[in-house]
Amino acid sequence: MTFVTVIGLEVHVQLRTASKLFSPAPVGALGDPNTRVHFVDLGLPGVLPRLNRQAVLLAVRAALALAGTVQPTSRFARKNYFYPDLPKGYQISQYEEPFCVGGRVPLDAERHARLHRIHLEEDAGKLIHTDAGTLVDLNRAGVPLIEIVGEPDLRSPADAHAFLVHLEEILRFAGVSDCDMELGSLRCDANISLMRAGATAFGTKVEIKNLNSFKMVQRALEYEERRQAAILAAGGTIAAETRLWQDEKEQTRSMRSKESAPDYRYFPDPDLPPLCIDDELLAAARAGLGELPHARRRRFHDRYGLPDYDIGQLTRTPATGAFFEMVVQAGAEPKTVSNWLMSELLPLAQQRGVAVDALGLAPPRVAELLRTIDAGTITVLAGKQALHHMLANDCDAAAAIGALGLAKITDPTVIEPLALAAIAALPQAATAVTAGNDKAIDALKGHVMRALRGRADAAVVDRILRRHLSPR
Amino acid sequence: MIPTPGALELVRSVQTGERSAVDVVADALARIAAGDGTLRAFVEIGAERALADAAAIDARRAAGQPLGPLAGLPIALKDNLLRQGAIAGAGSRMLADFVAPYSATAVARAQSADAVVFGRTNMDEFGMGSSTERSCHGPTRNPWDRTRVPGGSSGGAAAAVAAGFAPLALGSDTGGSIRQPAAFCGVTGLKPTYGRVSRYGLIAYASSLDCVGGIARSAADLALLLDAIAGVDAADPTTLQATAGECRLALGVRTDLKGLTFGVPWELNGPGLDADVLAAIRQTHSRLADLGARLVDVALPHVPHAVPTYYLIATAEASTNLARYDGIRFGLRRDGSGSLESMLTHSRSHGFGDEVQLRILLGTFALRAGWQDQFYGQATRVRTLLRQDFTTAFARCDAILCPTSPVTAFPLGARIDDPLAMYLCDALTVPASLAGLPALSLPCGVGDGDLPVGLQIIGPALREDLLLQVGHVWQQHTDWHRRRPPA
Repeated sequence: MTFVTVIGLEVHVQLRTASKLFSPAPVGALGDPNTRVHFVDLGLPGVLPRLNRQAVLLAVRAALALAGTVQPTSRFARKNYFYPDLPKGYQISQYEEPFCVGGRVPLDAERHARLHRIHLEEDAGKLIHTDAGTLVDLNRAGVPLIEIVGEPDLRSPADAHAFLVHLEEILRFAGVSDCDMELGSLRCDANISLMRAGATAFGTKVEIKNLNSFKMVQRALEYEERRQAAILAAGGTIAAETRLWQDEKEQTRSMRSKESAPDYRYFPDPDLPPLCIDDELLAAARAGLGELPHARRRRFHDRYGLPDYDIGQLTRTPATGAFFEMVVQAGAEPKTVSNWLMSELLPLAQQRGVAVDALGLAPPRVAELLRTIDAGTITVLAGKQALHHMLANDCDAAAAIGALGLAKITDPTVIEPLALAAIAALPQAATAVTAGNDKAIDALKGHVMRALRGRADAAVVDRILRRHLSPR
Repeated sequence: MIPTPGALELVRSVQTGERSAVDVVADALARIAAGDGTLRAFVEIGAERALADAAAIDARRAAGQPLGPLAGLPIALKDNLLRQGAIAGAGSRMLADFVAPYSATAVARAQSADAVVFGRTNMDEFGMGSSTERSCHGPTRNPWDRTRVPGGSSGGAAAAVAAGFAPLALGSDTGGSIRQPAAFCGVTGLKPTYGRVSRYGLIAYASSLDCVGGIARSAADLALLLDAIAGVDAADPTTLQATAGECRLALGVRTDLKGLTFGVPWELNGPGLDADVLAAIRQTHSRLADLGARLVDVALPHVPHAVPTYYLIATAEASTNLARYDGIRFGLRRDGSGSLESMLTHSRSHGFGDEVQLRILLGTFALRAGWQDQFYGQATRVRTLLRQDFTTAFARCDAILCPTSPVTAFPLGARIDDPLAMYLCDALTVPASLAGLPALSLPCGVGDGDLPVGLQIIGPALREDLLLQVGHVWQQHTDWHRRRPPA
């Protein structure tokens, strides 16, 4: 029996604002428990929510980046339930009237998944369980979130993974969120059902929670796909329920049935007037929206003719692509810039835990260095030394080359004795080259280069070595 | 004891230095000490802090600083408005120890106008009641007849003003909580337009209905208060952006009511009224006509549905507004048997009185999935129709007249076991609440037993200036507001 898998995702994304959705308290992962709270976040008697316009702006930007339809008027609603991390006894969310309907997320070059809606809501606090009892930390209470609800358009766990990768990339590019699953700034619940191949009605769906990474989402869905297929194949039925993923056991377990789901008694929050998103706000959101990743990839292909691999690397973050273009605009060859970014600058930035544009290297200085290398004035190896010197001393390429004496050595009278010394030091390699193994010459070249700290002109070294090693 | 002067006279005497703020406040405190033992208008007086606040105002005057428009004026505060450092208990065991860490906007604005905001006046728990019998502190008594209720929920505030304890009181009105006790106690009460005064720092009962307003001896004194506390507030997104005129300045504009048309909807001027109230209102109508007003019939066809509509919306909102009282962060906590659910249940069962629990249950029911549309949803639709009724009526008149209450002050305990009879007391006040309109209650006569009867004037949105103007003219031609209850 074959089944078609139907998956829909619900993703909560924390917006990158300085303060909370309805209070002036600062947002941040750091800080002692309950230090980032305002009376509003505590739900004290008499307090009222005050909408953060920056959160609305970022939410609208997210909606535009995901090609959703922003609604001119929407409403906040109260979702009522008791829990110690929910100070007011209700969460302010949007229910019948979300601020955005529709939208889509690409899955690959050809396919995309549709979005059902996006709405704004506030986060709850956190419970900390200790031996002495349960403690409540409300630093996170009131942090602005958008909930992105996908249509059940995904047909495999791999699709779900692709959905999340692309969603994250778009939201990062849009500057909407850090999308860090480990820090909780992106959270995902998944719905999955199976239907017989050829059927038109979806099967009974199961919701999976406790998914802490994209890989975990995929693994949990793969498990659930197998579990449901086995039940259906044996003639059983799927219970409509919420299940928890237990990563260590690599399986899901039942958390609650659909019948026992609470009645949240949603109704429009009388403390907040309707949310009106006018043309001015739309324009501001659009203005803050940079080029999105798929558009950038297409453009990098068309304008710079770079290989797909390079484009993938250069468009992983908005900063990388922007830095690449600044160096190119400063007069360096695109492919050279790409190579240097991938082999030198990006690993360096990663090592230091910063974005490439925060390394402290001005794009014109990088361009000057790469031009010098392309012109043959210094060797690639010397270029790398110059780069580190530039970084350490905040100087330009010419100063680095001067200070390190990196100008290329082409004088045969300097190179020749070192070539002979290399042949003497590595007789086996020399013999191999003589015997016709051309690859072996690299070891000899390296020996000469090391002696001259990489400054020797590779062509001159090659010529002299070959003259001494010509087959007898 | 000499009758207390009105707010305007007091402010003038403090501003000119004729009297010190300390003297004015000490006078009020002495009256309370002498008279509140039987009335119980206050649940806490806070004499020390009131005198200290007054002394600070006197010091500023001595230093040559000009004083604000409420200079030295003692304003009694309802127990559901927050004043930093003082308990705000909302008449509830749940909040018996809750010390406010911030002040309500209305309180802060009155204080920055140099008023001495003091005390905690008694109220029905969380504003849920029409008699001030639903307070964890016990009932307040009506100064006109101590066997009767002062009305509610701002019963303590109305009794305090009627007894001369304070020239002004800050209160709140959700379905009549300022107007009805003002009528029962023979004083003047104003519920402003919804959103005219910030709700920030008012302990919520029903968010879409709650209004902060005042009780005073005259419309002129209320104008003084409203000017000081009204206006847009960033902390309350439901405050109105529209600018409205100063009320004090508008007062002198007219000496009679010529050129004004008052609408008299039969729905609010006949059905269910006690005969003595009806008689007093009829006399009031003819007196208004004598003053030059034209009275016309208008229709408010959806008004008969106002009480059930009000109780669905108010209880629905209350059921979620009061969810924060869970015993976790503040307020009363009872641990129960150790589980979270047991702690929640015990805390709420002990903290809330019967009426509050009843309304939470009603409201929870009205919002249930599958039932919400036919209860809460239906009520919001009727509310829209009711608003349209008023809009239509205001095309034909400047303001609408009706009694504030169908009855005069009733005996303590008379309606406490009959919620429906109690809810029907609100029949004439909830229509303006649902429509978000300003409404003023003026003493306009007496009923059986010499008990005060109130006239309610409902105006278009933001027309408090008109209501207070009319009230001022009325009070310049009548003496009902000058009558004092027996000592």
